[in-house]
Amino acid sequence: MIVEPIREKRWLRFVAPLALGAVVLVAWEIAVRLYAVPVYILPGPLAIGAVLIAEWAGLEVALLVTLKITMMALVAAIVLGVLLAVLFAQSKFLERALFPYAVVLQVTPVVAIAPLVIIWAKDVTIALLICAWIVAFFPILSNTTIGLNAAERNLIDLFRLYRASRWQTLLRLLLPSALPYFFAGLRVSGGLALIGAVVAEFVAGTGGSASGLAYVILEAGYRLQIPKMFAALVLISTIGVVLFLLLGLLGHLALRRWHETEGAGEA
Amino acid sequence: MSPASLVRLTGVGKVFSTGTQALAGLDLAVAQGEFVSLLGPSGCGKSTALRLIAGLTAPSSGSIAWSDGAADRGPGEIGFVFQEPTLMPWSSALGNVMLPLRLAGVERAEAEARAAAQLGAVGLAGFERAVPRELSGGMRMRVSIARALVTRPRVLLMDEPFAALDEITRWRLNDDLITLWAQQRFTAIFVTHSVFESVYLSQRVVIIGARPGRAVAELSFMEPAPREAGYRTSVRYAEHCRAVSLRLAQALGAEAA
Repeated sequence: MIVEPIREKRWLRFVAPLALGAVVLVAWEIAVRLYAVPVYILPGPLAIGAVLIAEWAGLEVALLVTLKITMMALVAAIVLGVLLAVLFAQSKFLERALFPYAVVLQVTPVVAIAPLVIIWAKDVTIALLICAWIVAFFPILSNTTIGLNAAERNLIDLFRLYRASRWQTLLRLLLPSALPYFFAGLRVSGGLALIGAVVAEFVAGTGGSASGLAYVILEAGYRLQIPKMFAALVLISTIGVVLFLLLGLLGHLALRRWHETEGAGEA
Repeated sequence: MSPASLVRLTGVGKVFSTGTQALAGLDLAVAQGEFVSLLGPSGCGKSTALRLIAGLTAPSSGSIAWSDGAADRGPGEIGFVFQEPTLMPWSSALGNVMLPLRLAGVERAEAEARAAAQLGAVGLAGFERAVPRELSGGMRMRVSIARALVTRPRVLLMDEPFAALDEITRWRLNDDLITLWAQQRFTAIFVTHSVFESVYLSQRVVIIGARPGRAVAELSFMEPAPREAGYRTSVRYAEHCRAVSLRLAQALGAEAA
């Protein structure tokens, strides 16, 4: 009796948003046709789909560029965020001294920093990477820092009782304790890395072989190719959604056996 | 003071950084192989006394001396069971019990074998691979006890370990604990606020008065271990409980006056 509604909910979780999306798309297409909205104001979903297929070759290149920068920025955010958090856990002094500057980096809009970064970095890809990283790394740093400090007091005492070394305590207690926090931060960072990559490219506005989806939107905007702008937008959203789902799945797989927020009974 | 005492606390006081005086002038000697309960109301400092003996915190005054003259014990010589099971949720029952051995550098294969044997000794054979959230409260506490005993400690310190369990589980764990103690004869120091539990488990009950905590009275009982069937409902047990309750009431009454 209790199992049934949970199953139904799970099934609804996938079907409900998909059904709503389908309804909205159909309504959109009908509205565009009914009111004869010109394609340079608002194209219908079918027109956007047609461009997506027709111009796939160019869009695919841009998609891969944006995807590459997003993923590289995310990896850099994970490595540096976790490393810095571990360093903070080892030295309260370092944490006190450095954390405020991490906050400054976080609260400064990336649009404002991007022009400087683009001037300083020789390579555009590296400039974009730095911008995306600045946006993405803070949730990981902040969450992992909180997680490393969230280890149960009695377990810390237990490790002290058995004279565990710093290294043993970090590896066997602090890092596992921080995992749920890390994954929560990772899920946020994935989306932010994408936003950082796109925003930085808008600012850089460079064409050529290294141009991603943001540049496709800019260029299509100048040429009034509105369906193509939408097509690029669709691809950006798709990256974001897939990334969010994948990172969520990763966290679920890593934590499902032991963490309270995971498992069969989740909402 | 008998020469056989394993650990002796002399005039131990503890003041926290908040200014709270948790203990003052606590004298306590525990003999090798003895089962002692520290009985007192909540907040009387009995848990603090246990942490001092474990070396997790240092006394503000007085001294703690071990029979061999050392200031504290080596790793693995003391087992500690907290009020909560305090298990690592990401690790299996076996992994949790192995922890003290792995921290001491024991090889995985040997640690696994010893931990599995210890899990068997607390009645959890077959649950090696279960993670804490898959176990009941009583089973988690058994894992915690197995972890504390896996290094074959000379001293087992327990801080109200069964306070959160239901009575049926609690009674069963009481019996199992006495059986383990009778087999292995470690020195047990058991903190509790239950008169009935302290009498049932221990050879000696030390009553700790509150604000500040210190030993105010003690009573000894010589009962066979493990306890005979029906001891819990026997007249003898009831008399012991009555005696301890009276002394506790006197101690608390004298304080209130």
